[in-house]
Amino acid sequence: MAAAGERSARELSPLVSAKALVKRFGEVEAVRGIDVEVFKGEAFGFLGPNGAGKSSAMRMVGCVSPRSDGDLRVLDMDPQIDGPSIRARLGVVPQEDNLDTELSIRQNLQVYGRYFGLSRAHVRAKATELMEFAQLTERADDEVDTLSGGMKRRLTIARSLVNDPDLLLLDEPTTGLDPQARHLLWDRLFRLKQLGVTLLITTHYMDEAEQLCDRLVIMDNGRIVAEGSPPELIASYSTREVLELRFAPGESGDVASTVDGLADRVEVLPDRVLLYTENGEAALSATHARGVQPLSCLVRRSTLEDVFLRLTGRTLVD
Amino acid sequence: MAANTEVTGTARSRSVTLRILPPGLYAGRASKVLERSLLVSRKMWLVFVSGIVEPAVYLLAFQIGFGRLVTEVVGPGGEVMSYAAFVASALMVASAMNGAVYDATFNVFFKIRHARTYEGMLATPVGPVDIAMGEVSWSMLRGGLYAVAFLAIMTLLGLSGSPWVVLLVPVALLVAFTFAALGMACVTFIRTVSQFDYIQLAVMPLFLFSATFYPLSVYPEPLRPVVQLSPLYHGVELARQLSVGVVDPALLGHVGYLAALAALGLWVTSRRLAGLLLR
Repeated sequence: MAAAGERSARELSPLVSAKALVKRFGEVEAVRGIDVEVFKGEAFGFLGPNGAGKSSAMRMVGCVSPRSDGDLRVLDMDPQIDGPSIRARLGVVPQEDNLDTELSIRQNLQVYGRYFGLSRAHVRAKATELMEFAQLTERADDEVDTLSGGMKRRLTIARSLVNDPDLLLLDEPTTGLDPQARHLLWDRLFRLKQLGVTLLITTHYMDEAEQLCDRLVIMDNGRIVAEGSPPELIASYSTREVLELRFAPGESGDVASTVDGLADRVEVLPDRVLLYTENGEAALSATHARGVQPLSCLVRRSTLEDVFLRLTGRTLVD
Repeated sequence: MAANTEVTGTARSRSVTLRILPPGLYAGRASKVLERSLLVSRKMWLVFVSGIVEPAVYLLAFQIGFGRLVTEVVGPGGEVMSYAAFVASALMVASAMNGAVYDATFNVFFKIRHARTYEGMLATPVGPVDIAMGEVSWSMLRGGLYAVAFLAIMTLLGLSGSPWVVLLVPVALLVAFTFAALGMACVTFIRTVSQFDYIQLAVMPLFLFSATFYPLSVYPEPLRPVVQLSPLYHGVELARQLSVGVVDPALLGHVGYLAALAALGLWVTSRRLAGLLLR
């Protein structure tokens, strides 16, 4: 237990470490044995469709949901035993805002800080600082209910920072917001990342994951189906480019056999044919040469969304 | 091993409580939950006024109306006392009960089912036991405040007969705490607003039949143990005895019964909150 050795071990040991983690609600298995490690300073994402088990995993990490099976260490402690000590060092942005509607914006921040056992003077100064960060200073003494969705979200994020957390848990932070509000939030989250705050984010927005996450896992049906950085995932589960050919409804099926062999993978949708290929332009010329006449065509870079849809399927999950 | 190294200064002072509670459900922050209620209450002065006016009107009704018809009754010590004074101490306890039950049911229901206030709290070190204790303490203070106002009016009307009457304040606080704990425990089982009728259905007979308006001896012998199950009965007996300065060991029995029910209420509330919100 030499001091120096302890320090470097601390730097390297993961903030979150889950092994074969399981969450069951009665008969339903929401999380079916996942292995995850999140390190200091990282922005780590849980990506997946609704019902994939992201939020259940997040709640276990947040020490507000006991695990059903497997191992979980958060900040090198056991959530089942040290819940309050762990939560003291976490910041949590829940999926649905649970701001205190009976308090003003400033009071929300101050009272929340008091739950962490912080002094009155400290939370007073902290509230002022956080309202600045969330661009809510002008609304300091207003009721929470008078805020727009984006403002409430910003306040929730500001509130989660009141204890200067080591790890920030964000459960679908921008769901339901307009593009302006989303970009403003991303900007704030990116700033936190620059400051060295470790972020753990769940989302079903690909652009959000690409913007914010250094590393992510894609979850489907309670399991992790892929893991890596966004470019790594694209490289291993999709191609560099995608050629999209659009047809009148019903006609796309006929084309499928014609374009066969022109791309690494061909996906036929009711009104579109997608060709996954290294070179979209070349594939486009080849399809023209074979006499295919789509209504419109588009060559684009492959995105995380392509990876996501490939791994989790196009069927609607509710 | 690692868990034991996490002992801080404040942790040591609450180690006794931690030993008798499941780990992770209590963080010694009940006072912070209470602090929130005090802050919110600054905006609720109207509720306080109404809570004080109601029992005052009752008192006047008894003083002016019933007091004329039924002038005197035999009090706890066997001495004759005015009927208005006999009822007054009981009404004080009942007003503590009403204030506490109201706060611990309607307000708590709103916070559990609609505002998700507790979910926000539980993401911090605060645990379900902190929430139960903080909220029940607040309801106790509110019920207690009504009782103090009531006591002042009683004294003004000349209905408080002994210096012991100051002890009615802690009695009111105990009754308020017990009913707040029981009320909060009940409300965790309620899913819709219409189910509040069940609570009203329980409180109304308690108010009327807990020896509030006439002594226990009025009931036929076999019925008395049933009445004695009522927590309000024990509060009424405590208050009535003390209001005329009859101090005997029976008081301890009443206190013990109320305290036991309060502990039960807190325990059920904490378990239910954990079951509902920490799934």
